[in-house]
Amino acid sequence: MVNNGGAVRVRGLDVERGGREVIAGLDVDVPTGQVVGLLGPSGSGKTTLMRAIVGVQDRTRGEVTVLGEPAGSPGLRRRVGYVTQAASVYTDLTVVQNLRYFARLAGLPAAGADAAVARAVDTVDLAGHEKQRVGTLSGGERSRVSLAAALVGDPELLVLDEPTVGLDPVLRRDLWRTFRGLAADGRSLLVSSHVMDEATQCGRLLLLRRGELVADTTPDELLAETGAPDAERAFLALIDRSEAAGTTTGEESR
Amino acid sequence: MTLTLTTAARVLAQIRFDRRTVALIIVLPCLLLGLIAWMFDGTPVLDQFGPMLVGLFPLIVMFLVTSVATLRERQSGTLERLMTTPLGKGDFVAGYALAFAGLALVQALVVVGFALLVGMDVAGPLWLVVVVALLDAVLGSCLGLAASALARSEFQAVQMMPAIIFPQLITCGLLMPRDEMPQVLEWLSRVFPLTYAVEAMQDLAAGAEWPDVAGAVGVIALFIVGAVTLGVATLRRRTA
Repeated sequence: MVNNGGAVRVRGLDVERGGREVIAGLDVDVPTGQVVGLLGPSGSGKTTLMRAIVGVQDRTRGEVTVLGEPAGSPGLRRRVGYVTQAASVYTDLTVVQNLRYFARLAGLPAAGADAAVARAVDTVDLAGHEKQRVGTLSGGERSRVSLAAALVGDPELLVLDEPTVGLDPVLRRDLWRTFRGLAADGRSLLVSSHVMDEATQCGRLLLLRRGELVADTTPDELLAETGAPDAERAFLALIDRSEAAGTTTGEESR
Repeated sequence: MTLTLTTAARVLAQIRFDRRTVALIIVLPCLLLGLIAWMFDGTPVLDQFGPMLVGLFPLIVMFLVTSVATLRERQSGTLERLMTTPLGKGDFVAGYALAFAGLALVQALVVVGFALLVGMDVAGPLWLVVVVALLDAVLGSCLGLAASALARSEFQAVQMMPAIIFPQLITCGLLMPRDEMPQVLEWLSRVFPLTYAVEAMQDLAAGAEWPDVAGAVGVIALFIVGAVTLGVATLRRRTA
Protein backbone atom coordinates (compact mmCIF):
# COMPACT_ATOMS: atom_id res chain seq x y z
CA MET A 1 0.00 0.00 0.00
CA VAL A 2 1.62 3.21 -1.16
CA ASN A 3 0.50 6.03 1.05
CA ASN A 4 3.06 8.80 0.46
CA GLY A 5 2.33 9.94 4.00
CA GLY A 6 -0.91 11.66 3.01
CA ALA A 7 -4.49 10.76 3.80
CA VAL A 8 -5.84 12.27 0.60
CA ARG A 9 -4.03 13.15 -2.61
CA VAL A 10 -5.92 14.88 -5.38
CA ARG A 11 -4.27 15.57 -8.74
CA GLY A 12 -5.84 17.26 -11.73
CA LEU A 13 -9.40 16.78 -10.53
CA ASP A 14 -12.16 17.96 -12.85
CA VAL A 15 -15.79 17.67 -11.84
CA GLU A 16 -18.75 18.56 -14.00
CA ARG A 17 -22.06 19.23 -12.34
CA GLY A 18 -25.23 20.41 -14.01
CA GLY A 19 -23.35 20.96 -17.29
CA ARG A 20 -20.78 23.24 -15.68
CA GLU A 21 -17.24 22.61 -14.47
CA VAL A 22 -17.43 23.15 -10.72
CA ILE A 23 -13.90 21.93 -10.11
CA ALA A 24 -11.20 22.35 -12.72
CA GLY A 25 -7.69 20.93 -12.45
CA LEU A 26 -7.59 20.83 -8.67
CA ASP A 27 -4.51 19.59 -6.78
CA VAL A 28 -5.00 19.08 -3.04
CA ASP A 29 -3.26 17.16 -0.26
CA VAL A 30 -4.65 16.23 3.14
CA PRO A 31 -1.86 15.11 5.47
CA THR A 32 -2.35 12.24 7.92
CA GLY A 33 -3.09 12.94 11.57
CA GLN A 34 -4.23 16.54 11.17
CA VAL A 35 -7.40 18.56 11.14
CA VAL A 36 -7.52 20.18 7.72
CA GLY A 37 -10.04 22.95 7.23
CA LEU A 38 -11.67 23.24 3.83
CA LEU A 39 -12.90 26.79 3.61
CA GLY A 40 -14.50 28.89 0.99
CA PRO A 41 -17.70 30.70 0.15
CA SER A 42 -20.79 28.68 -0.71
CA GLY A 43 -20.65 27.36 -4.24
CA SER A 44 -16.85 27.15 -4.17
CA GLY A 45 -16.89 23.37 -4.64
CA LYS A 46 -16.27 22.22 -1.06
CA THR A 47 -19.05 19.65 -1.02
CA THR A 48 -18.21 18.44 -4.53
CA LEU A 49 -14.58 17.90 -3.53
CA MET A 50 -15.67 16.00 -0.41
CA ARG A 51 -18.06 13.85 -2.43
CA ALA A 52 -15.22 13.06 -4.85
CA ILE A 53 -13.02 12.04 -1.91
CA VAL A 54 -15.62 9.70 -0.40
CA GLY A 55 -16.36 8.29 -3.85
CA VAL A 56 -19.97 9.24 -4.47
CA GLN A 57 -19.37 12.03 -6.99
CA ASP A 58 -20.05 11.11 -10.58
CA ARG A 59 -18.40 12.69 -13.61
CA THR A 60 -14.98 13.15 -12.11
CA ARG A 61 -11.73 13.13 -14.06
CA GLY A 62 -8.28 13.06 -12.56
CA GLU A 63 -6.70 11.23 -9.68
CA VAL A 64 -8.14 11.04 -6.16
CA THR A 65 -6.19 8.75 -3.83
CA VAL A 66 -7.52 8.14 -0.33
CA LEU A 67 -5.44 6.27 2.27
CA GLY A 68 -3.41 4.79 -0.59
CA GLU A 69 -6.37 3.53 -2.61
CA PRO A 70 -8.40 5.11 -5.41
CA ALA A 71 -11.38 7.04 -3.98
CA GLY A 72 -14.52 4.95 -3.77
CA SER A 73 -12.69 1.60 -3.53
CA PRO A 74 -14.70 -0.99 -1.58
CA GLY A 75 -11.81 -1.35 0.89
CA LEU A 76 -12.13 2.31 1.86
CA ARG A 77 -15.76 2.14 2.94
CA ARG A 78 -14.80 0.88 6.36
CA ARG A 79 -11.92 3.34 6.73
CA VAL A 80 -13.63 6.58 5.71
CA GLY A 81 -16.48 8.30 7.55
CA TYR A 82 -18.59 10.90 5.76
CA VAL A 83 -21.01 13.38 7.23
CA THR A 84 -23.16 15.20 4.70
CA GLN A 85 -24.12 18.82 5.14
CA ALA A 86 -27.78 18.06 5.91
CA ALA A 87 -28.21 15.64 8.79
CA SER A 88 -28.43 12.28 7.02
CA VAL A 89 -29.90 10.08 9.72
CA TYR A 90 -33.30 8.47 10.11
CA THR A 91 -35.70 10.89 11.77
CA ASP A 92 -38.16 8.13 12.65
CA LEU A 93 -35.59 6.18 14.64
CA THR A 94 -34.13 6.98 18.03
CA VAL A 95 -30.59 8.28 18.47
CA VAL A 96 -29.36 4.86 19.60
CA GLN A 97 -31.22 2.98 16.84
CA ASN A 98 -29.53 5.22 14.27
CA LEU A 99 -26.07 4.88 15.74
CA ARG A 100 -26.35 1.15 16.26
CA TYR A 101 -27.32 0.73 12.62
CA PHE A 102 -24.33 2.70 11.38
CA ALA A 103 -22.07 0.86 13.84
CA ARG A 104 -23.19 -2.48 12.41
CA LEU A 105 -22.66 -1.18 8.87
CA ALA A 106 -19.13 -0.18 9.85
CA GLY A 107 -18.53 -3.82 10.73
CA LEU A 108 -18.76 -3.69 14.51
CA PRO A 109 -20.19 -6.84 16.08
CA ALA A 110 -23.41 -6.49 18.06
CA ALA A 111 -21.51 -6.66 21.34
CA GLY A 112 -18.93 -4.02 20.45
CA ALA A 113 -21.52 -1.76 18.84
CA ASP A 114 -23.16 -0.76 22.12
CA ALA A 115 -19.91 0.47 23.64
CA ALA A 116 -19.05 2.37 20.46
CA VAL A 117 -22.52 3.93 20.40
CA ALA A 118 -22.18 5.06 24.01
CA ARG A 119 -18.78 6.62 23.24
CA ALA A 120 -20.12 8.44 20.17
CA VAL A 121 -23.14 9.75 22.10
CA ASP A 122 -20.78 11.06 24.74
CA THR A 123 -18.48 12.69 22.19
CA VAL A 124 -21.26 14.72 20.61
CA ASP A 125 -22.76 15.49 24.03
CA LEU A 126 -26.12 13.85 23.48
CA ALA A 127 -26.22 11.86 26.72
CA GLY A 128 -29.80 11.75 27.98
CA HIS A 129 -31.23 11.83 24.46
CA GLU A 130 -30.37 8.20 23.59
CA LYS A 131 -33.96 7.00 23.49
CA GLN A 132 -35.32 10.09 21.78
CA ARG A 133 -36.47 9.97 18.19
CA VAL A 134 -34.24 12.07 15.94
CA GLY A 135 -37.27 13.79 14.42
CA THR A 136 -38.07 15.37 17.79
CA LEU A 137 -34.55 16.76 18.27
CA SER A 138 -33.50 20.30 17.40
CA GLY A 139 -31.58 21.01 14.21
CA GLY A 140 -28.27 21.24 16.01
CA GLU A 141 -28.89 18.01 17.88
CA ARG A 142 -29.78 16.24 14.65
CA SER A 143 -26.54 17.28 13.01
CA ARG A 144 -24.71 15.95 16.06
CA VAL A 145 -26.44 12.59 15.65
CA SER A 146 -25.30 12.66 12.03
CA LEU A 147 -21.74 13.36 13.17
CA ALA A 148 -21.91 10.59 15.78
CA ALA A 149 -23.04 8.16 13.07
CA ALA A 150 -19.68 8.71 11.35
CA LEU A 151 -17.64 8.62 14.59
CA VAL A 152 -19.18 5.37 15.74
CA GLY A 153 -17.16 3.28 13.27
CA ASP A 154 -13.90 5.00 14.30
CA PRO A 155 -12.73 5.57 10.70
CA GLU A 156 -9.16 6.56 9.80
CA LEU A 157 -10.35 9.48 7.70
CA LEU A 158 -13.31 11.66 8.58
CA VAL A 159 -14.80 13.87 5.90
CA LEU A 160 -17.13 16.32 7.60
CA ASP A 161 -19.21 18.76 5.58
CA GLU A 162 -19.99 21.79 7.75
CA PRO A 163 -20.40 19.81 10.99
CA THR A 164 -20.59 22.88 13.21
CA VAL A 165 -23.28 24.83 11.37
CA GLY A 166 -26.05 25.97 13.69
CA LEU A 167 -24.29 24.89 16.87
CA ASP A 168 -23.76 27.13 19.85
CA PRO A 169 -20.26 28.45 20.64
CA VAL A 170 -19.68 26.14 23.60
CA LEU A 171 -20.52 23.05 21.59
CA ARG A 172 -18.50 24.27 18.62
CA ARG A 173 -15.47 24.69 20.82
CA ASP A 174 -15.98 21.21 22.30
CA LEU A 175 -16.34 19.64 18.87
CA TRP A 176 -13.19 21.27 17.55
CA ARG A 177 -11.44 19.98 20.65
CA THR A 178 -12.78 16.51 19.80
CA PHE A 179 -11.53 16.85 16.23
CA ARG A 180 -8.05 17.79 17.45
CA GLY A 181 -8.14 14.86 19.87
CA LEU A 182 -8.99 12.49 17.04
CA ALA A 183 -6.14 13.93 14.98
CA ALA A 184 -3.77 13.48 17.92
CA ASP A 185 -4.78 9.80 17.93
CA GLY A 186 -3.66 9.56 14.31
CA ARG A 187 -6.99 10.07 12.56
CA SER A 188 -7.14 12.44 9.62
CA LEU A 189 -9.93 14.96 9.31
CA LEU A 190 -11.12 17.12 6.46
CA VAL A 191 -13.64 19.60 7.83
CA SER A 192 -15.43 22.15 5.70
CA SER A 193 -16.82 25.42 6.93
CA HIS A 194 -17.84 28.72 5.50
CA VAL A 195 -17.26 30.42 8.84
CA MET A 196 -13.75 31.72 8.32
CA ASP A 197 -13.09 32.19 12.01
CA GLU A 198 -13.14 28.44 12.44
CA ALA A 199 -9.96 28.42 10.38
CA THR A 200 -7.89 29.08 13.47
CA GLN A 201 -9.05 25.76 14.88
CA CYS A 202 -7.40 23.77 12.09
CA GLY A 203 -3.88 22.47 11.74
CA ARG A 204 -3.89 23.22 8.06
CA LEU A 205 -6.12 25.23 5.75
CA LEU A 206 -7.31 24.85 2.21
CA LEU A 207 -9.13 27.81 0.74
CA LEU A 208 -11.31 27.03 -2.22
CA ARG A 209 -12.90 29.53 -4.51
CA ARG A 210 -14.80 28.76 -7.70
CA GLY A 211 -13.42 25.24 -7.71
CA GLU A 212 -9.82 26.39 -7.49
CA LEU A 213 -7.36 26.30 -4.64
CA VAL A 214 -6.57 29.85 -3.50
CA ALA A 215 -4.43 28.87 -0.51
CA ASP A 216 -2.88 25.83 1.15
CA THR A 217 -1.44 27.13 4.37
CA THR A 218 -1.53 27.11 8.18
CA PRO A 219 -3.51 29.57 10.32
CA ASP A 220 -0.32 31.29 11.51
CA GLU A 221 1.15 31.59 8.03
CA LEU A 222 -2.14 32.92 6.76
CA LEU A 223 -2.23 35.75 9.27
CA ALA A 224 1.48 36.46 8.95
CA GLU A 225 1.43 36.54 5.17
CA THR A 226 -1.58 38.78 4.80
CA GLY A 227 -0.96 40.91 7.86
CA ALA A 228 -4.67 40.74 8.60
CA PRO A 229 -5.94 40.81 12.21
CA ASP A 230 -8.28 37.83 11.83
CA ALA A 231 -8.96 34.88 9.55
CA GLU A 232 -11.94 36.42 7.83
CA ARG A 233 -10.04 39.51 6.72
CA ALA A 234 -7.03 37.40 5.81
CA PHE A 235 -9.19 35.40 3.43
CA LEU A 236 -10.70 38.49 1.92
CA ALA A 237 -7.19 39.81 1.34
CA LEU A 238 -6.19 36.55 -0.35
CA ILE A 239 -9.27 36.56 -2.52
CA ASP A 240 -8.75 40.18 -3.55
CA ARG A 241 -5.17 39.32 -4.41
CA SER A 242 -6.19 36.32 -6.52
CA GLU A 243 -8.83 38.42 -8.30
CA ALA A 244 -6.22 41.02 -9.09
CA ALA A 245 -3.90 38.32 -10.42
CA GLY A 246 -6.54 37.40 -12.96
CA THR A 247 -7.95 33.96 -13.52
CA THR A 248 -4.87 31.94 -12.51
CA THR A 249 -4.86 31.50 -8.79
CA GLY A 250 -3.33 29.34 -6.15
CA GLU A 251 0.17 28.98 -7.60
CA GLU A 252 1.90 31.79 -5.73
CA SER A 253 0.38 30.98 -2.37
CA ARG A 254 1.41 27.34 -2.40
CA MET B 1 -25.88 -11.21 4.65
CA THR B 2 -25.51 -9.64 8.10
CA LEU B 3 -25.81 -6.21 6.56
CA THR B 4 -28.95 -7.27 4.68
CA LEU B 5 -30.57 -8.41 7.92
CA THR B 6 -29.35 -5.33 9.79
CA THR B 7 -30.90 -3.14 7.10
CA ALA B 8 -34.16 -5.12 7.14
CA ALA B 9 -34.31 -4.70 10.93
CA ARG B 10 -33.71 -0.98 10.58
CA VAL B 11 -36.48 -0.61 7.98
CA LEU B 12 -38.87 -2.59 10.18
CA ALA B 13 -38.01 -0.41 13.17
CA GLN B 14 -38.92 2.62 11.05
CA ILE B 15 -42.22 1.07 9.97
CA ARG B 16 -43.04 -0.03 13.50
CA PHE B 17 -42.79 3.53 14.65
CA ASP B 18 -45.23 4.65 11.95
CA ARG B 19 -48.30 2.96 13.46
CA ARG B 20 -50.78 4.65 11.18
CA THR B 21 -49.08 3.29 8.07
CA VAL B 22 -49.02 -0.20 9.57
CA ALA B 23 -52.72 0.12 10.38
CA LEU B 24 -53.48 1.31 6.85
CA ILE B 25 -51.50 -1.52 5.28
CA ILE B 26 -53.29 -4.17 7.34
CA VAL B 27 -56.77 -2.74 7.79
CA LEU B 28 -57.38 -1.04 4.44
CA PRO B 29 -57.44 -4.22 2.29
CA CYS B 30 -59.81 -5.78 4.84
CA LEU B 31 -62.15 -2.79 4.65
CA LEU B 32 -62.25 -2.88 0.85
CA LEU B 33 -62.79 -6.60 0.85
CA GLY B 34 -65.56 -6.20 3.42
CA LEU B 35 -67.22 -3.63 1.20
CA ILE B 36 -67.29 -6.08 -1.71
CA ALA B 37 -68.51 -8.92 0.50
CA TRP B 38 -71.35 -6.72 1.70
CA MET B 39 -72.24 -5.49 -1.77
CA PHE B 40 -72.42 -8.99 -3.26
CA ASP B 41 -73.87 -10.68 -0.20
CA GLY B 42 -75.64 -13.92 -1.11
CA THR B 43 -73.90 -14.31 -4.49
CA PRO B 44 -70.77 -16.34 -5.34
CA VAL B 45 -68.88 -13.16 -6.37
CA LEU B 46 -66.67 -13.15 -3.27
CA ASP B 47 -65.70 -16.79 -3.78
CA GLN B 48 -64.85 -16.03 -7.39
CA PHE B 49 -63.02 -12.71 -7.05
CA GLY B 50 -62.03 -12.73 -3.39
CA PRO B 51 -58.72 -14.57 -3.88
CA MET B 52 -57.77 -12.21 -6.69
CA LEU B 53 -58.44 -9.15 -4.55
CA VAL B 54 -56.56 -10.75 -1.67
CA GLY B 55 -53.59 -10.84 -4.05
CA LEU B 56 -54.11 -7.45 -5.68
CA PHE B 57 -54.50 -5.12 -2.71
CA PRO B 58 -51.19 -6.09 -1.09
CA LEU B 59 -49.37 -5.74 -4.40
CA ILE B 60 -50.61 -2.19 -4.93
CA VAL B 61 -50.14 -1.09 -1.33
CA MET B 62 -46.64 -2.53 -1.12
CA PHE B 63 -45.66 -0.95 -4.43
CA LEU B 64 -46.61 2.49 -3.15
CA VAL B 65 -45.11 2.11 0.31
CA THR B 66 -41.79 0.80 -0.98
CA SER B 67 -41.34 3.32 -3.75
CA VAL B 68 -42.02 6.21 -1.39
CA ALA B 69 -39.77 4.76 1.33
CA THR B 70 -36.79 4.39 -0.98
CA LEU B 71 -37.38 7.78 -2.56
CA ARG B 72 -37.35 9.27 0.93
CA GLU B 73 -34.05 7.53 1.53
CA ARG B 74 -32.64 9.08 -1.63
CA GLN B 75 -33.84 12.57 -0.80
CA SER B 76 -32.88 12.65 2.87
CA GLY B 77 -29.24 12.01 1.99
CA THR B 78 -29.15 8.78 3.95
CA LEU B 79 -28.77 6.76 0.74
CA GLU B 80 -25.74 8.84 -0.25
CA ARG B 81 -24.27 8.19 3.17
CA LEU B 82 -25.05 4.47 2.99
CA MET B 83 -23.24 4.33 -0.34
CA THR B 84 -20.03 5.41 1.44
CA THR B 85 -20.34 2.52 3.94
CA PRO B 86 -19.58 -1.18 3.41
CA LEU B 87 -23.30 -1.75 2.74
CA GLY B 88 -23.64 -3.41 -0.66
CA LYS B 89 -26.27 -2.34 -3.17
CA GLY B 90 -27.69 -5.86 -2.96
CA ASP B 91 -27.83 -5.57 0.85
CA PHE B 92 -29.83 -2.38 0.54
CA VAL B 93 -32.39 -3.75 -1.92
CA ALA B 94 -32.63 -7.16 -0.26
CA GLY B 95 -32.94 -5.52 3.15
CA TYR B 96 -35.90 -3.48 1.98
CA ALA B 97 -37.47 -6.45 0.17
CA LEU B 98 -37.08 -8.62 3.27
CA ALA B 99 -38.54 -6.03 5.64
CA PHE B 100 -41.56 -5.46 3.44
CA ALA B 101 -41.95 -9.20 2.88
CA GLY B 102 -42.26 -9.56 6.65
CA LEU B 103 -44.93 -6.90 6.72
CA ALA B 104 -46.58 -8.49 3.67
CA LEU B 105 -46.78 -11.84 5.46
CA VAL B 106 -48.71 -10.30 8.32
CA GLN B 107 -50.90 -8.50 5.81
CA ALA B 108 -51.58 -11.64 3.77
CA LEU B 109 -52.50 -13.66 6.86
CA VAL B 110 -54.82 -10.97 8.21
CA VAL B 111 -56.49 -10.26 4.86
CA VAL B 112 -57.05 -13.93 4.02
CA GLY B 113 -58.34 -14.52 7.55
CA PHE B 114 -60.72 -11.60 7.21
CA ALA B 115 -61.91 -12.79 3.80
CA LEU B 116 -62.81 -16.15 5.32
CA LEU B 117 -64.60 -14.39 8.14
CA VAL B 118 -66.82 -12.46 5.73
CA GLY B 119 -67.67 -15.64 3.86
CA MET B 120 -65.07 -16.22 1.16
CA ASP B 121 -65.07 -19.89 0.23
CA VAL B 122 -61.94 -20.97 -1.63
CA ALA B 123 -62.19 -24.24 -3.55
CA GLY B 124 -58.40 -24.74 -3.67
CA PRO B 125 -56.02 -25.06 -0.72
CA LEU B 126 -56.02 -22.00 1.53
CA TRP B 127 -52.30 -22.05 2.32
CA LEU B 128 -51.61 -21.56 -1.39
CA VAL B 129 -53.81 -18.47 -1.41
CA VAL B 130 -51.66 -17.09 1.43
CA VAL B 131 -48.44 -18.03 -0.41
CA VAL B 132 -49.55 -16.35 -3.64
CA ALA B 133 -50.79 -13.27 -1.76
CA LEU B 134 -47.41 -13.04 -0.02
CA LEU B 135 -45.54 -13.42 -3.30
CA ASP B 136 -47.75 -10.74 -4.85
CA ALA B 137 -46.92 -8.36 -2.02
CA VAL B 138 -43.20 -9.06 -2.34
CA LEU B 139 -43.47 -8.57 -6.09
CA GLY B 140 -45.21 -5.25 -5.45
CA SER B 141 -42.48 -4.04 -3.12
CA CYS B 142 -39.70 -5.17 -5.48
CA LEU B 143 -41.36 -3.42 -8.42
CA GLY B 144 -41.71 -0.35 -6.21
CA LEU B 145 -38.01 -0.47 -5.42
CA ALA B 146 -37.10 -0.65 -9.09
CA ALA B 147 -39.61 2.09 -10.01
CA SER B 148 -38.32 4.48 -7.36
CA ALA B 149 -35.02 4.61 -9.23
CA LEU B 150 -36.88 6.25 -12.12
CA ALA B 151 -38.64 8.82 -9.94
CA ARG B 152 -36.98 12.13 -9.15
CA SER B 153 -39.76 13.52 -6.97
CA GLU B 154 -42.64 12.36 -4.78
CA PHE B 155 -45.07 13.35 -7.53
CA GLN B 156 -43.33 11.06 -9.98
CA ALA B 157 -43.03 8.26 -7.43
CA VAL B 158 -46.77 8.23 -6.80
CA GLN B 159 -47.48 8.28 -10.56
CA MET B 160 -45.28 5.23 -11.04
CA MET B 161 -48.08 3.15 -9.55
CA PRO B 162 -50.65 3.86 -12.30
CA ALA B 163 -47.86 3.83 -14.88
CA ILE B 164 -46.58 0.40 -13.96
CA ILE B 165 -49.53 -1.35 -12.30
CA PHE B 166 -52.56 -0.13 -14.29
CA PRO B 167 -51.57 -1.50 -17.72
CA GLN B 168 -51.10 -4.84 -15.99
CA LEU B 169 -54.47 -4.56 -14.27
CA ILE B 170 -56.22 -3.82 -17.55
CA THR B 171 -54.70 -6.75 -19.44
CA CYS B 172 -54.47 -9.33 -16.65
CA GLY B 173 -57.82 -10.91 -17.42
CA LEU B 174 -59.80 -9.16 -14.72
CA LEU B 175 -61.76 -6.93 -17.13
CA MET B 176 -62.02 -9.42 -19.98
CA PRO B 177 -60.98 -13.06 -20.30
CA ARG B 178 -57.53 -12.98 -21.89
CA ASP B 179 -58.44 -15.31 -24.78
CA GLU B 180 -61.09 -12.82 -25.91
CA MET B 181 -58.67 -9.90 -26.01
CA PRO B 182 -57.06 -8.61 -29.23
CA GLN B 183 -54.06 -10.80 -30.04
CA VAL B 184 -51.44 -8.12 -29.34
CA LEU B 185 -52.91 -7.36 -25.91
CA GLU B 186 -52.99 -11.05 -25.13
CA TRP B 187 -49.27 -11.25 -25.97
CA LEU B 188 -48.65 -8.18 -23.86
CA SER B 189 -50.42 -9.74 -20.89
CA ARG B 190 -48.01 -12.68 -21.14
CA VAL B 191 -45.03 -10.50 -20.25
CA PHE B 192 -46.71 -8.84 -17.26
CA PRO B 193 -46.27 -10.48 -13.84
CA LEU B 194 -49.73 -9.48 -12.62
CA THR B 195 -51.29 -11.80 -15.24
CA TYR B 196 -49.73 -14.80 -13.51
CA ALA B 197 -50.69 -13.56 -10.07
CA VAL B 198 -54.33 -13.19 -11.09
CA GLU B 199 -54.29 -16.44 -13.02
CA ALA B 200 -53.00 -18.38 -10.01
CA MET B 201 -55.66 -16.86 -7.76
CA GLN B 202 -58.45 -17.51 -10.33
CA ASP B 203 -57.34 -21.13 -10.58
CA LEU B 204 -57.22 -21.50 -6.80
CA ALA B 205 -60.72 -20.05 -6.54
CA ALA B 206 -61.85 -22.68 -9.05
CA GLY B 207 -60.31 -25.51 -7.03
CA ALA B 208 -56.80 -25.84 -8.49
CA GLU B 209 -54.10 -27.68 -6.51
CA TRP B 210 -50.36 -26.95 -6.20
CA PRO B 211 -49.31 -28.67 -9.48
CA ASP B 212 -51.84 -26.53 -11.40
CA VAL B 213 -50.50 -23.22 -10.12
CA ALA B 214 -46.81 -24.17 -9.75
CA GLY B 215 -46.02 -22.68 -13.16
CA ALA B 216 -47.64 -19.33 -12.40
CA VAL B 217 -46.01 -19.20 -8.96
CA GLY B 218 -42.64 -19.91 -10.57
CA VAL B 219 -43.13 -17.04 -13.01
CA ILE B 220 -44.02 -14.65 -10.16
CA ALA B 221 -40.88 -15.74 -8.31
CA LEU B 222 -38.80 -15.10 -11.43
CA PHE B 223 -40.29 -11.62 -11.76
CA ILE B 224 -39.38 -10.94 -8.11
CA VAL B 225 -35.77 -11.93 -8.83
CA GLY B 226 -35.85 -9.77 -11.96
CA ALA B 227 -37.24 -6.75 -10.10
CA VAL B 228 -34.62 -7.09 -7.34
CA THR B 229 -31.88 -7.32 -9.96
CA LEU B 230 -33.25 -4.24 -11.68
CA GLY B 231 -33.42 -2.45 -8.32
CA VAL B 232 -29.76 -3.25 -7.67
CA ALA B 233 -28.72 -2.32 -11.21
CA THR B 234 -30.43 1.07 -11.07
CA LEU B 235 -28.89 1.99 -7.72
CA ARG B 236 -25.83 4.19 -8.17
CA ARG B 237 -22.99 4.69 -5.74
CA ARG B 238 -21.84 7.73 -7.67
CA THR B 239 -24.35 10.43 -8.51
CA ALA B 240 -24.03 13.79 -10.21
